[in-house]
Amino acid sequence: MRLEQWIYTIPLRLRALFQRNRLTAELDEEIRDHLGRQIEFNLAGGMSPEEARIAALRKLGNAALLRDQTRATWNWNGLEQFMHDLRIGIRTLSRTPGFSVIAIAVMALCIGAATCLFTVVRSVLLRPLPFRDPARLVMVYEHFRGGELSYHPVAPADFYDWRSKTHGFEDMAVWRYAGYNLAGERNELPESVPAVAGSSNLFSLLGVQPALGRDFTEADDQRGSAVVMLTWSLFERRFAGDAKIVGGQIHLDGKPYTVAGVLPSWFKYPDDSIQLWVPYKSDANPEMLQHHDWHGSHVVARLRPDVSLASAIAQVGAIQYQNHLQYLHDPVAEDVVSRSLNEDLAGDVKKPLTLMLSAVGCMLLIGCLNVANLLVARGAARQKEVAIRSALGAQRATLIREQMAESVLICAAGGVGGILLSLGATEWLAKTWKDLPTAQSIHVDGAVIAFACALMFAAALIAGLLPALSTTGKSMLKALQTSVRTGSSSVSRTALRKSLLTAEIGITVVLLVAAGLLLKSFMQLRAANVGCVVDNTLTLQYNLPGNKYDTPEKRNAFNETLLARVRAMPGVRGAALGTTVPGTGYWGTDEFTVKEHPPLKTGEHLPDALTRWVDPGYFSALGIPLVSGRFFTRDERVARSYKVIVSRQLVQQYLAGENPIGKHLHVPGRAHDGAPNLMDWEIMGVVGDTLYQVGKEPKATMYFPILEGRSDATLAVHTATDPLQFSVPLQKQIASLDPELPVSDVLTMNQIIGASLVNASLSATLVLAFAILSLILASVGLYGVLSYLTTQRTSELGIRIALGAQRDQLLQLMLMDGLRPALFGLGLGLVMSFAATRIFQSMLFGTKPLDPEVLSGVIATLLAVAVLACLAPAWRASRLDPMKALRTE
Amino acid sequence: MSKPSDLIQGTLDLLVLKILALEPLHGWALSQRLKQVSGDVLQVSDGSLYPALHKLEQQGWIHAEWKPTENNRRAKFYSLTWLGRRYLEKDAANWERISTAISGVLRLTEV
Repeated sequence: MRLEQWIYTIPLRLRALFQRNRLTAELDEEIRDHLGRQIEFNLAGGMSPEEARIAALRKLGNAALLRDQTRATWNWNGLEQFMHDLRIGIRTLSRTPGFSVIAIAVMALCIGAATCLFTVVRSVLLRPLPFRDPARLVMVYEHFRGGELSYHPVAPADFYDWRSKTHGFEDMAVWRYAGYNLAGERNELPESVPAVAGSSNLFSLLGVQPALGRDFTEADDQRGSAVVMLTWSLFERRFAGDAKIVGGQIHLDGKPYTVAGVLPSWFKYPDDSIQLWVPYKSDANPEMLQHHDWHGSHVVARLRPDVSLASAIAQVGAIQYQNHLQYLHDPVAEDVVSRSLNEDLAGDVKKPLTLMLSAVGCMLLIGCLNVANLLVARGAARQKEVAIRSALGAQRATLIREQMAESVLICAAGGVGGILLSLGATEWLAKTWKDLPTAQSIHVDGAVIAFACALMFAAALIAGLLPALSTTGKSMLKALQTSVRTGSSSVSRTALRKSLLTAEIGITVVLLVAAGLLLKSFMQLRAANVGCVVDNTLTLQYNLPGNKYDTPEKRNAFNETLLARVRAMPGVRGAALGTTVPGTGYWGTDEFTVKEHPPLKTGEHLPDALTRWVDPGYFSALGIPLVSGRFFTRDERVARSYKVIVSRQLVQQYLAGENPIGKHLHVPGRAHDGAPNLMDWEIMGVVGDTLYQVGKEPKATMYFPILEGRSDATLAVHTATDPLQFSVPLQKQIASLDPELPVSDVLTMNQIIGASLVNASLSATLVLAFAILSLILASVGLYGVLSYLTTQRTSELGIRIALGAQRDQLLQLMLMDGLRPALFGLGLGLVMSFAATRIFQSMLFGTKPLDPEVLSGVIATLLAVAVLACLAPAWRASRLDPMKALRTE
Repeated sequence: MSKPSDLIQGTLDLLVLKILALEPLHGWALSQRLKQVSGDVLQVSDGSLYPALHKLEQQGWIHAEWKPTENNRRAKFYSLTWLGRRYLEKDAANWERISTAISGVLRLTEV
C-alpha cells in the first residue's frame, strides 16, 4: 500500500476499530435497503408480494454468510476474532474457577522464579560492565602448577616486570585491598573503612572519570604521598555530599590526606564495601614492592584491539617463567592465567547461579506440562462438541485457536503475576545472597520484561498446542463414529497424557536428586567441627594506628591491658587475642623448611602453612587442645619471641614420626628483627587443628606470638551467657583505653561461621523448594490422569465387577496403570540425574553425585507420593457400584 | 453461492470502479447497472457485491455516504475517490493490455 493511500485510509481504519457496532448496523441497513428495492422492483414486474420477497431473498443469497464475508473485508478482522476467542476463553475458564486459579498460580510461580533468576544472571553474568569497552578488560593472575588456588594473587615485582616487558596489553594496572581508621573530622565517631590501593593508571584504564575533583596522577603514586579518592557512598554518608571536601583534608590512621576527587556513584568496583582509594605505592613498604613473593595484588589489563588474548597472556607467561627460574627457591609462580573482568567478578556464584537457573527452567517445564495435561483432560470432555463443529465445517485452525486461547489466558495471567512476583523475589535474593558481586546493580529492566514475555509465549505454546493438536484433527471424527461406552477413542490421548506425565516425573526426579545432594552437603557443612569453641563467643577487630602506637612496647601494653581488663569482666570465661580466629578465612601463608631436614632438591616446592599470631592465653580461651610441648608465655615477646607453635596437621604432613618439639622451622618471610639472615623459629608446642573456613580441609598452621608487637588484632571473648550482651561493655572497655580507636566486625563466632554457610544454605533451600513444588505438581498430574482414566473406564469396570472381578484385583489394575508412568519417569529421571549432577560436583561437600542415601531417599519419596496420588482414584474405581456404573451413559 | 474466483473478483472490482466513475450509485442500483451492461455474461450475485464494495471502501478507492432518496428513505451511495480514479486508469490500461495480448494469442492458435 502506498503512503498516500495509507494516510487517506487512516480515518477508515479508526472507524473500523472503534465503531464496529455502528458499521455492523449500517451494513444491516444497507442489506435491508437492497432487499426493499429488489422487492419493489419485483412487485413492479407483476409478482405477488410473497413471490417478490422470496425472489429477492433468493437473488441476494445467504445473508448471514454475506455479512460474514463483508465483515471479513474490514480492517482489524483478525483482532476481532482474537477478542472473540479471548471472550470464549475467559468464559470457559471462569466456569471452572478452581482449575483456573491453580493453573494461573502454578504459571505465576514458575514464570516468576525464572524471571527472578534471569534478572540476577543477566546482571551478574550477561550485562557488560559499566566501563569503557569492557570486553577487552581482563584480570591476570599468577598460577602455581599444582597449587591449590587456580587464580593466585600477584606480587608487585612480577607486575612491574609484566607491564614493562610485554606489549600485548594497552596498559596494565594493579590494586590491593587496604584498610584505614578514618578519624572524625566534625566529632563523628572514628571508623574503620575498607579501602583499595590502586595504581594511578587504574581509573583511566577502566575508563572511569571522577565525579568531582581529579584522578590520581603518576606523581601521586609514590611512597609517602597522601592523597585519597572517596567513593560516592562515603562522600554522601560521611561528608554529606559537600563538594568542599575536594581539596580538603581527612585523617587516615591519624595521618592527614588530601582529597583529590570523588568517584561516580555507579562505581562500585571491586565491590560496594570499598569506601576510599589511595595510590598503590603510597603506604607500601618500598622493599615489599621489589619482592616477587609478596602475593596480594590484583592486576587489571586492557587488551590491545589487534592482539589475541592468548598471545598477550603467552608473553606475560614467558616473563613470569623467567622470574620463576631466577628465584627458584622463593615462591614465584611459573605461570599466569587470565579471565575476563566480568567472569572475575562473578567468580564463585556462576556455578550455583547456573544450577538454580536450570532448576527453575525444569520447574517451568513441569508447570507447562502440568497445565498441558490438565488441558488435555478438559479437551477430552469437549471431544464431541469439537467433532460436531468440525463435521459442520469448522476449520481446524479455528478450533485450535479457540483451544489455545485458554492456555494463552492462563499463561498471560500467570506471566503478569510472575513478573510482579519476581520484582519482590529479586530484591530478596540480592539481599540474601552475600556472594553476588555488587559492581552492577541488580534490577528488572526492559530486557528482563521481554524475557518474561517470551517465556509466557513459549509456555502458552507448550501448554496449549499439544492438547489442541490432540483434540482436533482427523482422528477426532472417531468420537462420533464409536459408541461412547467403549471409550476407545481416548486411547491415544491417554497415551499422550501418560508420556507428558513420564517427562514430568523424570524432570522432578532430577530436581529431587540435585536438591537432596545440596541439602546433604549443607548438613555436612553445618556439622563440621571447627576445632575450637564456637558457642557463646564474640569477636571484634581493631587495628592500632602506627603514629600513636609507634613501638612494639606501646602496642603490647595496649593489648595486654585490654586482655587483663576483659578477663576480669564478670561473665567472661576466657578472652583470646589473635590476628585471625578460626572460620574467618585463609588470610596469609608463609613458606618454610625444617632446618634439621636435608635441603630440598632444586625446583621442589617449599611447603607452606597458614600464619597466625596469638597471645599466650589464646588456645586455652578458645578450647584448642595442646597436643604436646607448651603454650607461649608472657615472656615470649618482642626480641625474645623466636618461638613457634604448630598445628597437628603440620606435624603429620612434614614432621611425621619425629618429635617436633625443639626442631626449627626456617621461614624465609619471617626474619628476626634487626637480623635479616636469621629466619629460624623453634617449635615449642603442637596444638589441635582448626578450620580456616568451614567446608575446607584443615591446613597446616604456624602460630607466632602476638606479643612480637603486632598492631592488628581480633579479640575473641568466650562468655557464660548470650555473647551479644557483651558487645557494648567490650567496646566501652576499649574506648576507656583509647577513645579514638575504632572497632569493627563485632560478630559472634556462630555468625562468622553462619555467614560462610549462607550460600550453601541458600542454594540448597532454593533448589529444594523448586524440587518440592515440582513433586507436588507431578503428583497432582498423576492424580489427574488416573482420575480421568477411572471415569473413562467406568462402564468397563462396571462390566468387570458384574462379571465377578474381585475388588482388590481392580484396585491393583488401576494402581499399576497409574504407577507405570511414575516408574518409567523414575527410571528416566535417575539416568538424567547421573549426567546432570556431575556438572555441579564441585559444589558438593562430604557427598558425591551417586550418594546412595540421597538416591534411595529420592526413590522412596517419589514412590510414596506416586502411590498416594494413585490410591484415591484407584480405590474409587474398585468401590464402583456395578449397577450405577453400567447405567452411566 | 460459491466464492468468485480470483479472476472474476479482480474483474468485478474493475467493473464496479468503472460504473461508479460514471455516477455515484447505491448497492441495488449498482447491481442493476451491472446486469444491464454485462448482460448474462458476468453472473454476479447480489451477495458478492457487498464484500467487494466494502473492500474497495477500506482500500480508499471508493467513498460511501448515506443520502436521502425518494419516499423518505435513505441509501448508501458509493462514489469514486481520486485514489480510486487513479487506480482505475492504471488498472483499465492494464486490463486492456492483457486482454489484447490474450486475444491475440488465441487468434494465433485458431488460425
